[in-house]
Amino acid sequence: MRFTFLSLTKHSILPGFSLTMGFTMLYLGLLVLIPLSTIILKAAGIGWPQFWEIITAPRLIASYKLSFGASLLAATINAVFGLLVAWVLVRYSFPGRRIVDGLVDLPFALPTAVAGITLTTLYAPNGWLGQHLADLGIKAAYSPLGVVIALTFIGLPFVVRMVQPVLQTLDQEVEEAAASLGAGRWQTFTRVIFPALFPALLTGFALAFARALGEYGSVVFISGNMPMRTEITPLLIMTKLEQYDYAGASAIAAVMLIVSFVLLFLINLLQWWQGKRHG
Amino acid sequence: MSIEIVNINKQFGSFTALKDINLTIATGQLVALLGPSGSGKTTLLRIIAGLEAADQGSILFHGQDTAKQNVRQRQVGFVFQHYALFRHMTVFENVAFGLNVRPRHLRPSKSEIKEKVQTLLSLVKLEGLADRHPGQLSGGQRQRVALARALAVEPQVLLLDEPFGALDAKVRKELRRWLRQLHDELHVTSVFVTHDQEEALDVADQIVILNNGRIEQLGTPEEVYEQPGNPFVYDFLGNVNLFHGRIHQGRINIGSIELDAPGYDDTLNTRAVSFVRPYNIEVEREPKGQEFIPARILFIRAVGPTVHLELKREDSSDLVEVELSKARFQALALKSGELVFVRPKDLKIFIPDDYVI
Amino acid sequence: MAGNVALRQGTTTERPTTGAITELPLVRWLLTLAALGFLGLMLIVPVIAVFVKAFEQGSELYIKAITAPDALAAIQLTLLTVVIAVPLNTLFGLAAAWSIAKFEFRGRSFLITLIDLPFAVSPVIAGLIFVFLFGKPGVLWPWLSANDIKIIFAVPGIVLATVFVTFPFIARELIPLMRAQGTTEEEAALTLGASGWKTFWHITLPNIKWGLIYGVILTSARAVGEFGAVSVVSGHIRGETNTMPLHIEILYNEYQFVAAFAVASLMTLMAIITLIVKNISEWKVQQQSQESEEVTA
Repeated sequence: MRFTFLSLTKHSILPGFSLTMGFTMLYLGLLVLIPLSTIILKAAGIGWPQFWEIITAPRLIASYKLSFGASLLAATINAVFGLLVAWVLVRYSFPGRRIVDGLVDLPFALPTAVAGITLTTLYAPNGWLGQHLADLGIKAAYSPLGVVIALTFIGLPFVVRMVQPVLQTLDQEVEEAAASLGAGRWQTFTRVIFPALFPALLTGFALAFARALGEYGSVVFISGNMPMRTEITPLLIMTKLEQYDYAGASAIAAVMLIVSFVLLFLINLLQWWQGKRHG
Repeated sequence: MSIEIVNINKQFGSFTALKDINLTIATGQLVALLGPSGSGKTTLLRIIAGLEAADQGSILFHGQDTAKQNVRQRQVGFVFQHYALFRHMTVFENVAFGLNVRPRHLRPSKSEIKEKVQTLLSLVKLEGLADRHPGQLSGGQRQRVALARALAVEPQVLLLDEPFGALDAKVRKELRRWLRQLHDELHVTSVFVTHDQEEALDVADQIVILNNGRIEQLGTPEEVYEQPGNPFVYDFLGNVNLFHGRIHQGRINIGSIELDAPGYDDTLNTRAVSFVRPYNIEVEREPKGQEFIPARILFIRAVGPTVHLELKREDSSDLVEVELSKARFQALALKSGELVFVRPKDLKIFIPDDYVI
Repeated sequence: MAGNVALRQGTTTERPTTGAITELPLVRWLLTLAALGFLGLMLIVPVIAVFVKAFEQGSELYIKAITAPDALAAIQLTLLTVVIAVPLNTLFGLAAAWSIAKFEFRGRSFLITLIDLPFAVSPVIAGLIFVFLFGKPGVLWPWLSANDIKIIFAVPGIVLATVFVTFPFIARELIPLMRAQGTTEEEAALTLGASGWKTFWHITLPNIKWGLIYGVILTSARAVGEFGAVSVVSGHIRGETNTMPLHIEILYNEYQFVAAFAVASLMTLMAIITLIVKNISEWKVQQQSQESEEVTA
């Protein structure tokens, strides 16, 4: 192993490469690659016709629609409001701005179960917020809307933190140039500022979307878990497990994994594109 | 279109950027704002553009006060020091920008815009590069795109902030000649900021020399170079030697010699400083008169058509810089370490108490 | 990096509000209110709700809830998990960051993507993979049950799942940080005769101190809060294999809302502490990079 690595590295005088790389690979192999491969193996062992039957069951199709749709909607909401929040935090000053700025990371640091029960309690028909919505005839908790709310919550930091650094390093002179050429503020925003922010915005959107797709803890409380209506796909894996249907669980997991990997690949592509534009 | 700058004052916190600036720029002139860093020249330029607001005073475009007009409305073409090109747009889109954002009823048709952009691109000699992005261009090319973009909106005034500051020496020389030519063709009133005196002397119709927020002198390049109004200007433009001495009744005493001090007949026993250009110092192997100072050659730089000498005076240990033609240098056959005699000519005398450098 | 919110390294310059390029005051006001309204609704209201609900029936009941035997067992198990998972992942993070940030080799981005995997994988799947490895359907099951080794539905499984879900954090914090700091200081130390370990200890470690601190705190917070993955492997055996989040779930499902929120409030406090540490670390890292700029300029 030692020789292979040395031949791959550019010559460096710093020591410890083999040791640290070896440990890293060992850790990754034991912890990530081997366990993940069990899913593939298990799913592969099912046989195609049965695999297909499992993953296209009506209940599952309904869950795909919910997971995918709600994640997409939540990520979009986060894209719009995340941009707004990033803009306000970077460009304007107001008392308590630093505190608000720090607070944006809360959904990332907060345990998903805490978020789950809190959001459910808030948006339940008798909750602080849910009661007002009920007056308007809107059901928040135990409905797809509740799922969207929960997914918006956990995806909130991603767009904001992606857009903020780009906004901060945006050259002031470019905006001055646009103004000196006669562009109004809105024109400057749509033609000059927004295109510069777009890659970061898209990456943040993709991150929020990917996170939302696999989310479990924050959603299972508020969704109500009604079959064919408010079940998310990760929940169905749980359900299969509880019934000791390991084959079924692995099939669904395989589908989710494939989607995750495709998304991960796309996100890396986006970040590379963003690096090119921004750097 | 003429620009009148009346009583402009600007402070940043406790720092005075501009103090009592009064200046008139005639239509069609190319004016340089010249000065060291912190002299206020960029601030003044930005105030003219409307990118900054003055604390006091006004800017008049053709007699009209611009106070009510913001930067959008002033129709100034501004070329930024670091170009400020729109990175995500092509060269074409950059140049067309000012025309594209006009309100519907003022906007030219697509074909008109296309024609205009292409005319401008050939004006700045960038015809084939319309579809490139700024990232694919060299510094000099980007600068020309920035210029074309500013010209596209047919500004009344062209303002350039250290336009050649970020380029290397050879490109700078070429571009500033080219800017001068362009100005002669277009006759747009132009103001540019620079800290490079060679650039200002080379290109401008009028030079305004700024220091610490005040105008030190303004005039044509010849005027400010040959007749500097104060020590700062003298020192800032070109190399200069300082000779310290005392004036008494029309004669100035410098070290071991005495020279005529015309215009100071009534001055009695006052300290004075004389400024002499390096090419106004005569060098001889033997003192050919009373006005020669002994000095030893420390250093010779004989590269190019002019020879530079650095000498140390024997009577005061001050250093003297001399420029000689190559022919004269070879005729004298000078070597480092030799003792020679120097005579300063064409002195500009200033009394230090009148000025603070 | 998918799914991570890392320390911000750039300097936050105050933007001057020059009159030429800013929005009308009314527009600024509206946008600010809209942004604050959104954040208030999504973030502040839930946090307040946690504490209000927790103390709804007085502080006596609050204390009772968090000191009940099951709750204490859950807290204990959570702490045990953290105490094992965090040092392990710190070791990994340091090793991975050293090998990836200080050296050039082909396949760097692939390796980083591998490290990112837990971010892309649903927590339920994270738990599932260990069930498939060490549980009944697993290859190792016959051997494990023969030797009476319980991993799934027991503490080791919980620790493993937690380690999986939280291992990227420290690595992904340190890699960009170490990369930005470069190798010149370490190379200087080597030329002066320091060994690899000494160089790491005296040169590298102090430089990455704040990034490391934040990474450890974040890893701990995520380890404490992990729900989905642990839910799969734990078996939910009350008093034995319930972590704090699972305990909250049980309390909530049994309509013991106050007790659930009481435990939740502890975890919320930890989240808030994480945020404070993040802000301090960011500030320190910025300070550090500014100072080093002044020195090398």
